[in-house]
Amino acid sequence: MITIENLTKRYGGFTAVDDISFEVRPGSVVGFLGPNGAGKSTAMRMMTGLTPPTSGRATLLGQTYRELHNPGRQVGVMLDASAQHPGRTGREVLRVAAVSIGVSKARVDEVLGLVGLTEEEAGRRVRNYSLGMRQRLGIAAALLGEPQVLILDEPANGLDPQGIHWMRGLLRRFADGGGTVLLSSHLLHEVQIVADDLVMIGRGRIVAMGSKEELLSRGGTTVRSTDDVRLASLLERADVPVTKIGSGLVVDAEPGVVGRIAADERVVLLELRSGGSEGLEEMFLGLTAATSREGDAA
Amino acid sequence: MSTTSLGTDTTPVVGGRAAAPTPTPLAGQPGVPFSRTYRAELRKMVDTRSGRWMVIVMAAAAALILAGFVIWGPAEDASFRGLLGLATLPLAMLLPIIGVMAATAEWSQRTGLVTFVLEPRRGRVVLAKALGALSLAVVVLAAAVAASALANVTGGTGEWDVTAAIAGGTVLALLVYVLQGVAFGLLFLNTPVAIVSVLVLPTVWSIATTAISSLQDVGRWLNLDTVTGPLFEGEMAGQDWARLATSAAVWVLLPLAIGTWRVLHREVK
Repeated sequence: MITIENLTKRYGGFTAVDDISFEVRPGSVVGFLGPNGAGKSTAMRMMTGLTPPTSGRATLLGQTYRELHNPGRQVGVMLDASAQHPGRTGREVLRVAAVSIGVSKARVDEVLGLVGLTEEEAGRRVRNYSLGMRQRLGIAAALLGEPQVLILDEPANGLDPQGIHWMRGLLRRFADGGGTVLLSSHLLHEVQIVADDLVMIGRGRIVAMGSKEELLSRGGTTVRSTDDVRLASLLERADVPVTKIGSGLVVDAEPGVVGRIAADERVVLLELRSGGSEGLEEMFLGLTAATSREGDAA
Repeated sequence: MSTTSLGTDTTPVVGGRAAAPTPTPLAGQPGVPFSRTYRAELRKMVDTRSGRWMVIVMAAAAALILAGFVIWGPAEDASFRGLLGLATLPLAMLLPIIGVMAATAEWSQRTGLVTFVLEPRRGRVVLAKALGALSLAVVVLAAAVAASALANVTGGTGEWDVTAAIAGGTVLALLVYVLQGVAFGLLFLNTPVAIVSVLVLPTVWSIATTAISSLQDVGRWLNLDTVTGPLFEGEMAGQDWARLATSAAVWVLLPLAIGTWRVLHREVK
């Protein structure tokens, strides 16, 4: 469980994180989504006690990070996969962490297996790791102490599509076991695959939050038919706002409304779905642009 | 889960099920036991390529100097004391660098993002680093003593002329230098700057205090290289201890205090 209450960070006149509040309940994988510089990393550093908040607080399992007993056993943290000593081998990075957390060497081998790093790869120096391998190593370090909460900053960055799906499975299993996951991303399609719920942040402020489905349906309905021109005019006649996109239409109405009109008028639909990545992407860009303007005006 | 409107008094909830049991934190004191922090920090000093090479270079330099002196040096000076003095020369120069690297790696390699997350009480990490560097220095010094003894038996005069005062003084002087390395590392939090400073600043100061007559009096009290002289010789007397304390306060404790304050208050990025 992660609870953020009115968390704010100011650097001089610049407000990096502006009064954000939300609670992530156990059993969920929540994506913390926002463009670069939106305040995601600053917020995560405040959650883990690395950056003192200007005001507000963050608690994990009901305690502030600095109050936690052996934090590595309770909260798995990865704030930057590249922040590893290049001269250490992957296994050694985990061994050192294991000494500090107080877990066995056997657990080190276990998490290496869990993230799919082979014996040979674990024996290589981090200098020679690809970004994807560093991400896997960072996730292994986060999982080392069998924590209840995971806080991961851009964990899917550098992973190939297969790796992103692998991560989804890993984090889903972790959450199904009662764990709480908060992961950040600046890429919508990436976080859409991995997370079930989203908190969107722009210019230090939360601009939207909720389940993925909900946020997706807000983006309208995407529809494609054998005769888009006719369907568009039919929808307009029914006072439903329609926008033409590359292939098909985006309609500002529930899929049911569009389907009924199409059925009544015998238009053959090829595709009918809630929102779609285009819709959410548009909302994501729109929301962050809106907060940018607010920020500039202030 | 419904999208919760913002600006309410209650914290909006995202994800999960309301029915899920609320997890509880582990009971116990904040942070981790010091012994584990110490072991982790000690391990980090020698498990990287650079750390391991520092130890190898120190050992090789000491061995080469000893061998060279035994073969080509004046035979009458190759006593245990003379050999030990030579073997500790590279140590006095290189051990502080191990201290520097221990202190700066968290920031220059950004491993602090992991270290200070596993133990948020940064003061304890600093203490573990200082004690770890001192422990490592003792081990390296013990090896130098053994090598000098071996050289003395095989190619030296066989004379065992190291008094307790010399042995103790050598250990203390080297530990002061190592701690100075840690202190400079913490002060600058940047490996190259700290290494150059720890090697160059005392030398520049040393030259200044010898060359400029008005600084000579100050130099007698505030030149770490001068005040550790009698310590290596085992001839500490009278004001020597006061001079050593003054120099160590300025060159070691002051940067150590400022550096520790920096680490405690700096934002880890």
